[in-house]
Amino acid sequence: MTATGRPAERGEAGGGQWELLRGMLLIRRFEERCVELYSAAKIRGFLHLYIGEEAVAAGTLRALTAEDAVVSTYREHGHALARGVPAEAIMAEMYGRATGCSGGRGGSMHLFDAARRFYGGHAIVGGGLPVAVGLALADRMRGLDRVTACVFGDGAMAEGAFHECVNLAALWRLPVLFVCENNRYAMGTALAREHAQTDLALRASSYGVASWAVDGMDVLAVEAAARRAAEAVRWGGGPHFLEMRTYRYRAHSMYDPDLYRGKAEIEEWKKRDPIDGLVARMRAGGRITDADLESLEKEIAAEIDAAIRSAEDAPLEPVEDLTRFVYAEKAGEAGKPGKPGKAGKAVRS
Amino acid sequence: MSEPARTAAKRARRTRAGTSGTSGSPGNPGNPAGKAADGRSGKAPGTITYREAMREAIAEAIERDERVFLMGEDVGRYGGCFAVSLGLLERFGPERIRDTPLSEAAFVGAGIGAALAGMRPIVEIMTVNFSLLALDQIVNNAATLRHMSGGQFGVPLVIRMTTGAGRQLAAQHSHSLEGWYAHVPGLRILAPATVEDARGMLWTALEDPDPVLLFEHGSLYNASGEPPAAAGPVDIDRAAVRRPGRDVTLITYGGTLPGTLAAAGRLAEDGIEAEVVDLRTLRPLDDETIMASVRRTHRVVIVDEAWRSGGLAAEVSARVTEQAFYDLDAPVERVCGAEVPTPYAAHLERAALPGPDDIAAGARRAVRNDA
Repeated sequence: MTATGRPAERGEAGGGQWELLRGMLLIRRFEERCVELYSAAKIRGFLHLYIGEEAVAAGTLRALTAEDAVVSTYREHGHALARGVPAEAIMAEMYGRATGCSGGRGGSMHLFDAARRFYGGHAIVGGGLPVAVGLALADRMRGLDRVTACVFGDGAMAEGAFHECVNLAALWRLPVLFVCENNRYAMGTALAREHAQTDLALRASSYGVASWAVDGMDVLAVEAAARRAAEAVRWGGGPHFLEMRTYRYRAHSMYDPDLYRGKAEIEEWKKRDPIDGLVARMRAGGRITDADLESLEKEIAAEIDAAIRSAEDAPLEPVEDLTRFVYAEKAGEAGKPGKPGKAGKAVRS
Repeated sequence: MSEPARTAAKRARRTRAGTSGTSGSPGNPGNPAGKAADGRSGKAPGTITYREAMREAIAEAIERDERVFLMGEDVGRYGGCFAVSLGLLERFGPERIRDTPLSEAAFVGAGIGAALAGMRPIVEIMTVNFSLLALDQIVNNAATLRHMSGGQFGVPLVIRMTTGAGRQLAAQHSHSLEGWYAHVPGLRILAPATVEDARGMLWTALEDPDPVLLFEHGSLYNASGEPPAAAGPVDIDRAAVRRPGRDVTLITYGGTLPGTLAAAGRLAEDGIEAEVVDLRTLRPLDDETIMASVRRTHRVVIVDEAWRSGGLAAEVSARVTEQAFYDLDAPVERVCGAEVPTPYAAHLERAALPGPDDIAAGARRAVRNDA
């Protein structure tokens, strides 16, 4: 991340707020450009936008270290950006290019980045939860003080996988940070139409998991809660659950005519916009000026422009490589932190 | 768990209790080799059972590689639904032999996550029918993550499960669905039919950087055989000719291998020399061994306990037609399970499964049908 345009250090808290603001703005502007590119048929497939929910990604992922792992959903551009996956690699993936973070095989819903321990990009609701539990199990068995953060939506809490996973993680006291993005709609089904008990933190707590509801429109509240929970998980406190109460301004996906909710409701939530809220707070604290904001916007626009240019120019994955990566191409490709006693031949025709 | 399965485990325990007259942990009744003593009754001296071979393979894997652990329902204190893991908890402790809740999606998915993070989990699912509760994790995650991530993530996971009928467990414990999994790119599907393969395939599977599903036919656990001379990894890329012959090729795998060999014996009495090919690996199929046999015998019978429609036998038949059509002297025969949910009653269950009589009849049809 470049420091250009960053105001002079105004104390630790001020610096943190600046990074949070930058993180949220990058996500929003990135996705606004995605809408344009989608309309121009430059990118295709399903496109699920995160606009309105930026505080959750920006705040939560700042509470993690580079060693921690992140498992996400199909609405994961924000998580990937906040995790530090370059905008260029994400945009190239949307374009289906060879330089995309999944080599053009994943698209918007399946962003992956091994170097940043970003494990997707899961498009089956609730499907990432068991994987997160397993990542945490591996850390636990190897005595590593790492956290696996698993992000999912309110819809996933109706899936059996959620209950199986929270139970298992609690039973084995695994280092999982469950982050539920309660944006109030499972596709088009409102919370009260999908859940008998709409207090989601309460439901998670029934498994003996420490659970909190957090104002997901307040990035500082998100970061503080995530930091507390992640540290508790890291130091052996077992799984923790955060219900981030948030809202998406846009439809479920670009295909969704958004007929299931009123415009007034959306406008009401926009009054609590996480970016506007933080800017107002920073202004009040004298931590940002209009000029700072303007230069930040310029810097972000330039970063996204560069990502788009780079994606447009990037090569396509050769069709001859269509069937690559179905199986490992050479022995040991799966990673080898341990060492087998006697190495046999990994057979692959 | 089903009562019959429970009874099988109990029987194994009784055997253990009966032989355990000396000191030692329950799973290690005074046996310095650390082998549980169940399942040894009724077999010839100097042989081991399929169950024991699998147990030895698991124990060896855990000893050999600190990343390996076994996880599943009742694999620990209970000793495994089919007593495969009996005694392993006592030997290796609850970190390496992990009892899980009844949560197939969670513990199979947890195996995927642990494999992603560098462990080498062996996940046991009681039966293939229960694996459907984890189908999402197996098909949508284990099989896809490498490809969807552009090669960044592999899932070196081994999933073991029982399959097949023959124990009067009725429809929800008796099906043969390995062909469904063999449909999925990204998975490797193994079906050990012999003691040697039960002993050696796990090793090879654990060295595979991709997810491997091992299907153990429930009726094979008590089968016994010579302990393999070299208990090392076995080649899982090749089908095996289990009996050479010149008149007809009988292609099968897993639980129907003994019945197919029995049928070949009967055919031999009538002067028909059947060659028996054990597929061993259902994905990827070893076309080369199959076609080489077809070119020797010019007649093919495919034996599969699973349903005929849309099944693995259809795939093998299609490949024979595509690759060896002009070598055929008769239409390809398929001897498969009846197209019914497997019934409970013994006579109905028997009628639903391809037995030696059905297989021999199929072979005679193929041989008589001279071009």
